[in-house]
This record gives sequence, structure tokens and C-alpha cells, in this order.
Amino acid sequence: MIRKGLLAFAMGIFLFAAPARMNVQVKSGQVRSTASYLAKLLVTIPYGSSVEVVQQQGDWFNVKTAQGVKGWMHKSALTTKRISMASGSTTAKTGASSDELALAGKGFNAQVEKEYKAKNKNLNFAAVDRMEKIKIAPTEMQAFLAAGAVKPAEGGAK
Amino acid sequence: MMTRQLRFFPLVTALVLVAGCTELTKVVTSAGVASGKLSEDQAKSLNRSSEAVEKTFQDITPEQEYYIGRSVAATLLTTYKPFDQAAASQYLNQLGQTLAQASDKPETFGGYHFAILDTEEINAFAAPGGLILVSRGLIRCCRSEDALAAVLAHEIGHVERQHGLKAIKKGRLTSALTVLAVEAGKNLGGENLAEVTKAFEGSIGDITGTLVNSGYSRELEYDADAVAVKVLRRVGYNPEGLVDMLSQMQKSLKPGSHGFGATHPTPQDRIAAVRKVIGATTSLTEPAPRKQRFTTAVGRV
Repeated sequence: MIRKGLLAFAMGIFLFAAPARMNVQVKSGQVRSTASYLAKLLVTIPYGSSVEVVQQQGDWFNVKTAQGVKGWMHKSALTTKRISMASGSTTAKTGASSDELALAGKGFNAQVEKEYKAKNKNLNFAAVDRMEKIKIAPTEMQAFLAAGAVKPAEGGAK
Repeated sequence: MMTRQLRFFPLVTALVLVAGCTELTKVVTSAGVASGKLSEDQAKSLNRSSEAVEKTFQDITPEQEYYIGRSVAATLLTTYKPFDQAAASQYLNQLGQTLAQASDKPETFGGYHFAILDTEEINAFAAPGGLILVSRGLIRCCRSEDALAAVLAHEIGHVERQHGLKAIKKGRLTSALTVLAVEAGKNLGGENLAEVTKAFEGSIGDITGTLVNSGYSRELEYDADAVAVKVLRRVGYNPEGLVDMLSQMQKSLKPGSHGFGATHPTPQDRIAAVRKVIGATTSLTEPAPRKQRFTTAVGRV
């Protein structure tokens, strides 16, 4: 009886474990039609956007964007930290604690890279920029796998 | 009273900066409170600061990881020339970016991108955040798409597990994070920018030094191989490709050579570890179209 109670309690915690709101921590967060990496891309939302979390399923969150788009996002794109986007904002009153707040564009950022570049003019950042230009869309990935007859043995894709 | 508190404050701050140690800070701050030199609030805030300062690579945001990765990759692409061949690059990215999506970290700040290094040396590097570089020498150790997939999946493993960031020396980020704490919400100017840039430079040096010269620990390499097997299976490639690639590498590695010969466990040891995970040998047969496109794209790299 006590065990059952404990189990119910633990499950209760589990159900409430998914936070109500999360924020996009990557440049371009991908919202997909189902909880799978090959699922159709519905929309991408920018760094710092906040989404409402409806439910969690493994590594995927069922979310609703500010524009009302419902879909799935992978946990690697999201954080529970609030992301302060405004430069010169005063929202960082919490001092050094970065547990709840991440400052976008702070620390190692474009400004620091520029400084580093100026000191190391020989570095091949042009090649890095060329690398970043190559982006493979989910539809292209699907076509690539299909053309090569690559498929997981038993629903191994997640 | 107020003046005395203020005078005590810089002293404690200095101690925190030098020591970077939560326990010491707690001792110092409680002494400060006991002697009436610090209010409870000040002590709390200092303890909180020192905990934040102590955080290392885990406290680096994906955005910061991205900028570190860009500079690491720029350094490597200066030491080694990029092999710019559009068809080969496109194929490598189709394969690599698809594999990365099946990892436990499909989304990084700037995404995964792959390039070939124009060198015979057998080598590959994963810069933090997902910029992955593979040498022509290593691609030549791959006799199939499954084998090349294994190479890329291994590098994705280093990104997923943030092995690069772990190479940043302890204490390196302390000063940068302290500046950030003080300067939160403002654009960095003069001295602060210089200080953060110094920590940045040091971090890039730590990571490239590890990647090029010393290599990761054996444990991290086995870890990356384990991630590779997981990713290959999820997508539908035969992990036997990893074993095949390692066997070819064994044949090609010259004693005392740079690259994998110096920075990785021997292919033999890696095969033994991978074998434990994937079990008995299975045949590595590829459908004709897969074989064909692999040969067309990188057969002459």
C-alpha cells in the first residue's frame, strides 16, 4: 500500500517534470510534425523564442510557438533558462547566477571573435563560413537515405 | 559600519577570484558574517557568485560553444588546407548532417557542417558545436559509405559529448565568467573585452592543442566509438563499417606518424572495444546505388 502510494507520488513528479515554458537556445530551432528527426519541418523559430510545452515524450517536447504553431522540438534545441536578448538590458539582476538566465550574445560572442580575428589575421575564417553555408534540409536527408536504401533494422530511428 | 563592509568586500572578492573555490568562499563569507563585516545578503550573493565562477565547460552556452568551435575550426583550416571539391563536400554533408540528426544532440547553435582536409595524414577533428573536418587520408581508409558514416559518427560523438570543451584547462574560464558577472547586460568594453578575449584565446589553444598534439584520453575515444555505433544503428548503417575502416587504418598507419597514430588508441584496441558492443562479425554488403554514389563522390579523394 505504502509502495503503491510512493509509486503514484513518483509518477506524479514524472508527469509534472516537463516545464511549462522553454526557450530556443540555438540559432534556428526546428519545429517538426512528429517526434522524429526525419519528420517534416513545420517552421523554424529564432534564438531566444519562448515556446509553451504541452507534453514530453523521451527527448522530444510537444510545443506551441508564440505564433500558435503546434509541433515537436528536440530537447537539444531548448533550455529552461530565460534568454535575455536585448543588448544593454537590465534584466540580469541576478548577479553571477546563470542558473535561470542566459545572456544571448554575451561572453564568447561575435565581438570577441572579431577581436581574436584582428590578432590572428592569418586564420582561415573564410573556409569556416563556406562550411556553414552547406545545409541539408530534412527532405533532402530523406531522399538521401532512400536513394542509398539506408533504413534502420527495426524502427531504430528516433 | 557601511565603510567597513565595503572595505571587506573587495578583499573577499579578490580571494574568491584567486581561489575560485566554493568551500573557501563559504568559510571566508561566514567569517565575514560572524565578524559583522558582511551582511547575510552579501554573503549569500558572494557564495552564489563563486559557485557560478567555478562552473566550467558546462556553463558555456550553445552560442558560446559555437564561437569557440568556429575559431578552433579556423585554426585547423589554417594548419591544414581545405579540400574544396563541391560534389565531395555536398555528399559528405548529406551523410554527416543526416547522421548528426540521429544523435542525442541533433541541434547545436549553428548546426553540423563537414569539410575535407587536403592532407594524406590520417586525421579528423571535431570542433565544438559541430564543425567536423576529415582528412583525405582518413577518407581513403573507408571502402564504403558505411565505413565513412562510421568516421563521421565518431566525430559527431565527440561533439555530442562535448569532449572538445572538456579540454579547456581548469580555471581558464574563471576570469571570463567573472567579467560576465560584473558586466552582465552591457557590451564589453576595453579591459573587459581584453580579458574575455584572453580566456577565449586560451580556450582555443587548449582545444586545438589537444586535438592536434596530445589527443583525448582513451576513454573519450572509446566513448565516441560507442556513440558512433548507436548513431549508425539508429540511421540504418552497419556498424561493421567502423571495424572495416579501423582495419584499413591499421594497414595504412605508419609507426610514429602524426594524426590518429599519435592521438588515438590503436585501431586494434578500438576494434576489440567495438566488437564487444556490436557482437559477432556480420557481412558488410552494400546495395549497388549506395556503393555507386560513394565511389562517385569520394572515390578519387
